[in-house]
Amino acid sequence: MSDTAYVQLLNLTAGAVLLCAVLVLWRRELAVIIRLFAAQGVALAALIAVLAWHEGSPELAVLAAGVAVLRAGVLPAVLRRALGTAREGTEPVREVRPVVNVAASLLAAALLTLLAFAVSRPIVELAPSPATQAVPIGMAVVLIGFFVLVTRRRAVSHLVGFLLMDNGITAVGFLTTAGIGLIVEVGVALDVLLALLVLQVLTGRMREAFGNTDLDELRELHD
Amino acid sequence: MTTLLALLPVLVPALCAVAHFAAGHRRGPAKAALPWLLVGSAAVLLGDAIVLAALVLTDGPVVAAGGLLRADALSVFMLVVIAAVALLSGLATPAHLAAERAAGRAGTRTAARYCALVQLFVASMAAAVLAADLGVLWVAVEGTTIVTAFLVGVHRSRAAVEAAWKYVVICSAGIALALLGLVLLHYAAHRAGTGAGLDWAALVLTAPTLDPGVTRLAVVLLIIGFGTKAGLAPLHAWLPDAHSQAPAPVSALMSGVLLSVAFYAVLRTKVIADLAVGPEFAQALLLASALASLAVAASLLIAQRDYKRMLAYSSIEHMGLLALGAAIGGPAAIAAVLLHVLGHGLVKSVLFVGAGRLLQIRGTSRIAEVRGLAADQPVLAGCLGAGVLALIGMPPFSIFASELGIARAGFAAGSAPLAWATAIALVLVLVIAAAMVNHTSRMLLGEPGPRPEPSGGTTLTRTASQLAASTGTALIGGLVLAAALGITAGPLAGLLDAATRTLTGGTP
Repeated sequence: MSDTAYVQLLNLTAGAVLLCAVLVLWRRELAVIIRLFAAQGVALAALIAVLAWHEGSPELAVLAAGVAVLRAGVLPAVLRRALGTAREGTEPVREVRPVVNVAASLLAAALLTLLAFAVSRPIVELAPSPATQAVPIGMAVVLIGFFVLVTRRRAVSHLVGFLLMDNGITAVGFLTTAGIGLIVEVGVALDVLLALLVLQVLTGRMREAFGNTDLDELRELHD
Repeated sequence: MTTLLALLPVLVPALCAVAHFAAGHRRGPAKAALPWLLVGSAAVLLGDAIVLAALVLTDGPVVAAGGLLRADALSVFMLVVIAAVALLSGLATPAHLAAERAAGRAGTRTAARYCALVQLFVASMAAAVLAADLGVLWVAVEGTTIVTAFLVGVHRSRAAVEAAWKYVVICSAGIALALLGLVLLHYAAHRAGTGAGLDWAALVLTAPTLDPGVTRLAVVLLIIGFGTKAGLAPLHAWLPDAHSQAPAPVSALMSGVLLSVAFYAVLRTKVIADLAVGPEFAQALLLASALASLAVAASLLIAQRDYKRMLAYSSIEHMGLLALGAAIGGPAAIAAVLLHVLGHGLVKSVLFVGAGRLLQIRGTSRIAEVRGLAADQPVLAGCLGAGVLALIGMPPFSIFASELGIARAGFAAGSAPLAWATAIALVLVLVIAAAMVNHTSRMLLGEPGPRPEPSGGTTLTRTASQLAASTGTALIGGLVLAAALGITAGPLAGLLDAATRTLTGGTP
């Protein structure tokens, strides 16, 4: 692969990862948000595949396949199950009243992206290359994920926010070095999957106890 | 042989967990004895830690499992803390489960699953402190969140579900920041070209070659991330909810040792940070977090109405003190921090076990609704009273010695900001002590009111309200150990010394 093609593909896939994160802020239907999350998983896997191709590393190619299966297949399926039972009920399947409205959220995403570029300066300067120059995008996805986590009220939105953070971290990991070791990589993936399964079960229990999954209802415990 | 010794602390509880799961799906007379397996595995853990300590003190760190596990003096010290608290919590578990079953809140299946999860919890904490690689440490710490989620939410009430949800979401998000920190640290190590990866010992040796800019970013993320799990402000909001909703023996483990395990990760990070970017950087972060934690704890303890939440906020206070000690740095402060970890673990688990018993007897966790406990339950009241005195730093208990050590090191460090921070911390500690003594004396003293109906609808008989011998052993044993530790570190002195050296230069 020629160098220009590599850089273009890298930027294209990294841009797609960021775009999906921003679109999550824009759309309110929870089902669409989950689909966007799956699309981001595909883009992330493509990003790693591009890196694998460039470095001619079969190990990275295998990891790219693993990321695709986990983040575009398994995790969205678990999210859909968390959402699934809600559909039969009276619960709305939309993010009804986010704490920050959509226009302000998009503005915040722009600011967070700028912030990501600012904080990533030392990372890029340490070893300038097309891959590390894309690191700020991974950081922006982490920040946007955190933003979703603190401003959305539905349980499923929280799960997506948490997973966006994780996608961003994975992107940073692969863009800076070729991942952080196979054992740790597998351990992290397993932890994320289990944490999501735990939260999915808790979503079900929340529905049993509170009748819906509006996190505003969580105010039994306070001082 | 050494490999086996390093693997046992993870393997034994994990295998016991399998036994619990299996027992939960079978009917038979052996079931009543199963909660005692918790005591058994904790005892094995303690024995193993003692043998490992002897080995590490004579021959240096033990490396096992292809370099994944590494036991140095600090890991072994943490292992002792885990084993001691697990033993106390395990001793209290059979009576706790029996009382829950009598009240109709837990069946055999639930009890078995509960024991299995506690075993996995202990196994993942042991894995965290024995991990050689910071990545494995991260995986193990996140593992503790996953296994304890259902322990926090075991009652399925609205409050329990809420506590579990907040716990998993806040801790997972916080710890995700730590993962980002690890990724960046790995990048810095990769660029330094020393091949250190995320291996802690290798990172310490090569820390001066790490890029300061990237390492600074990584250290901020690691301290905030692991600090979240350690209950340090500003991301402490999950702690009072989770610790007050979890069953008492689990609260004892979470408050007594899980927080310290997360703090252990902060201590390891600080060693690398000090060498790579200078000691002032991590010091400023830890100092800010310490004072914020103490201020949060003090402000919410003054008007606290719930005694389990009171204990939870006191844990935030003590984590703040640990952060203060770590910020001060130097052998004297670090030795005091490690002693504080053990002393707090013992005393806090005694108090949570006692509070859990109190909750079962009186059916309320509100301070205002408990009156005259001393007349009704002299042993339990005595243990709770002595425990609170130990917690606020009264001699002869070891928390007195460790708080004194941290304060002296703070004033002796010869830096004005540190001395001021220590002075402010001492004032906050006094405020907290006054609040806790006030709340506790109201519960223990006075005329017992009309006995309220315990929750679950069944009136407790005389025998049911008596303290089980095993629970009593845990309560009194924990306090006696904490007092003995305050007088002399005894056989632990050598280990404490070596663990301090691990963190303050010397041989890693």
